[in-house]
Amino acid sequence: MTILEYLLLDVILLFLLIVTSVTVFFLRNLFAATMVLSLYSLVMSLVWLDLDAADVALTEAAVGAGIATVLLIGALVVVGAEERKHHRIHWPALVLVILTTGALVYGTFDLPRFGDATAPAQTHVAPEYIAQSVTKLHSDDHGSKKNSADHPESDNFHGHVPNLVTSVIVNYRAYDTLFEVAVIFTAGVSLILLLGRRVAGNGGEP
Amino acid sequence: MRDQVILRVVSKIAAPFILVFGFYVIAHGELSPGGGFQGGVVLASAFILYGLVFGLAELDAIVPRRVTDALTGAGVLLYLLVGLAGIFGDYRFLDYTPLRITGSESAESWGMTLVEYGVGITVASVMITVYREVSQAGSAEK
Amino acid sequence: MIFFELYNYWIFILLMMIGLYTIIASPNLVKKIIGLSVFQTAIFLFFISLSKVAGGTVPVTVPPAEVYSNPLPHALVLTAIVVSVSTMAVALAILMNIKQAYGTVEEDELDQAEAH
Repeated sequence: MTILEYLLLDVILLFLLIVTSVTVFFLRNLFAATMVLSLYSLVMSLVWLDLDAADVALTEAAVGAGIATVLLIGALVVVGAEERKHHRIHWPALVLVILTTGALVYGTFDLPRFGDATAPAQTHVAPEYIAQSVTKLHSDDHGSKKNSADHPESDNFHGHVPNLVTSVIVNYRAYDTLFEVAVIFTAGVSLILLLGRRVAGNGGEP
Repeated sequence: MRDQVILRVVSKIAAPFILVFGFYVIAHGELSPGGGFQGGVVLASAFILYGLVFGLAELDAIVPRRVTDALTGAGVLLYLLVGLAGIFGDYRFLDYTPLRITGSESAESWGMTLVEYGVGITVASVMITVYREVSQAGSAEK
Repeated sequence: MIFFELYNYWIFILLMMIGLYTIIASPNLVKKIIGLSVFQTAIFLFFISLSKVAGGTVPVTVPPAEVYSNPLPHALVLTAIVVSVSTMAVALAILMNIKQAYGTVEEDELDQAEAH
């Protein structure tokens, strides 16, 4: 798909993202803001699917549009769902935002053009990982040493895993994933510590 | 709208399918888009649906606190043990080579599968814990 | 034509700044957390836009395809999404405790309650 064909769909979706995020800022009923945030997550997931990121789109749809919404609504039951009306525009924040926007837009002219196959991100380590998986796909005998003879020094694993993102997460960069799981575990433990096991009549004391 | 009958019937029918889909996403993480995180969240959503429709007491009857507490740690422990298996087999940490349990080329398969299941178990338990704690704090306020 | 080649990046900058302004300018603490979520997903959009290769496909090796999009930023963003929801969960738990301790989650009312 050429860049222009891609853009016909994405111009609309990305504009929808801007509209929903501005709406989230202006809504004062926080239940409504949560629903629009969930819509924002869903449209973002569609944009990522259009950008060939299928794993990421699935994760954002499940986590962002699913778990985060339930979490926010559960918290709003306790915290209260009406934001008080405030008339002021926060001038220092507005100046900061405009200056940062200008600086970043000036910086984007040096970035590689969208979809460029010769960008440094695409030519550094990724072709090696992709080549390893694709050459294993073309080997007919499972478990033969044919590929090892061809690429002796770079053959790290002897199976064909079609999903390249999973092979990066669980095999090439397994160390990072270990600590990511530790972060999730820590969040679960923190929730138990913070919200406590409030039994009736306990008054919130741990 | 007091059609609670519809909610109860549909959620009881849909929950097994959601669980099967969650296991499918975890198990096929290497063949199609998916993996431990996505499948874990889908698994948790089946239990969250049950908790939303039937109440926290019913959810506690099905999945007691002890079970989710234990499974939260068990997933991380499984991942760590797979990593330590590399050290005990005279290789590096998280090297999957000593896991050649079925055949000489199956080391990576075993390593990746065990690690994905560990991740899925932890993510599912944490999401159920998060929902349970937030919902209980909400009902204790009233 | 330069507009279309850089359109993704400009949308990302706009979204990030909307999120940043929401975080700084909203006195309600829950609205700040919602703004943080907008901010974070905008940054993920930037990473995914950097990884797209023109003419490429989803990085799952299916035989007829030849060119794949870069899978490394996808792995990075997957980690970041799950970490962001964990952060949001802990932040909301802290907010619930603040509400119970002070009775409000508006910033100016909290400042007054702290001063006493």
